[in-house]
Amino acid sequence: MVSERVSLPPFQALVDEHWRDVARLARALAGPVDGDDVAQRAWEKAFAAYPNLTSAKNLRSWLLTITSRCATDLHRARRPQSPLDESLPVAVDGPESAEWPDPDLWQAVNELPERQRFAVTLKYVGDLDHHGVAAALDTTPAASRRLVSDALATLRNKLGVDHE
Amino acid sequence: MNDLESRLSRLTSASGRPPVLPAADVSYALHDTQIGTLLLATAAGRVVASSFGDEETMTTRLARAISPRVLRQPAALDDLRRQLDEYLDGRRHEFDLEVDLALATPFQRLVLSDLPSHTSYGRTTTYGRLAGEIDRPKAARAVGTALGANPLCVVLPCHRVIGASGALTGYAGGLDAKRFLLNLESKS
Repeated sequence: MVSERVSLPPFQALVDEHWRDVARLARALAGPVDGDDVAQRAWEKAFAAYPNLTSAKNLRSWLLTITSRCATDLHRARRPQSPLDESLPVAVDGPESAEWPDPDLWQAVNELPERQRFAVTLKYVGDLDHHGVAAALDTTPAASRRLVSDALATLRNKLGVDHE
Repeated sequence: MNDLESRLSRLTSASGRPPVLPAADVSYALHDTQIGTLLLATAAGRVVASSFGDEETMTTRLARAISPRVLRQPAALDDLRRQLDEYLDGRRHEFDLEVDLALATPFQRLVLSDLPSHTSYGRTTTYGRLAGEIDRPKAARAVGTALGANPLCVVLPCHRVIGASGALTGYAGGLDAKRFLLNLESKS
């Protein structure tokens, strides 16, 4: 007996449609040097897992979640081992003038605690809703909302942007 | 979206490059020829498509019939492209390829799979004669429909089958393409 199979689009359609979004998110999360590696690794993982997907819905969100996890893995691997350093944000490679349109914002985002930085990046660079952000960070939409609003408050203070 | 939020959405510029992926379950390429653009595809070393159909339709069908890991990987099609070019230049009379009719229905397989042995280079046959040869003497029309759905155009020579009156009747790549192929074969 043939089991019921989900009708997934050809993988090339995902690549064509989403590779720029994956690249942008990967660079925002991992910096210009590691970003391309993170994107490449994310695509390899997605390609390996693809035939076993049980739903063809939200494929963009699925790809961005994998990208976020690959960036997290890279961070964990790079993080200093001492538990005393855990709370400190991990520095990401600095901006390369032309490629980073907003160096002040880049600096301020990178000084955020890691969870806030990931949440705010997934929300605005990844253009995910709070369900998508929550899925990527293994948390709840309510917690995602909190992380993002805390991050925005910190960024407003640092950048001297007025509350709107 | 307020100012800070829109600045955040533009945090990184759109750059980078498309990913490099391992060999797909189905590799395909678009190949421009004298008779039009063919979508060529291979799976597990066998040719599964040589079609005038459009990219989206064909790759979606391949994803459903074989595997969703379908990628544009032209290098996997090098041998097929070379053989097609040789054939279309009149330098090759037969294809040395393994084919897989994964995109065909059982009846289409019955009609198409032995097509190279029911036809020969430079000769035409008719729908009625072919129907008789596959033991479906009353199914000339159904045979015609099955040939029209040939997923392996040129490779499996459905262009060599014409109407009993001698009319070319129809071809997925258009009648000009069919005429081109029959002229090509009659010259060489």
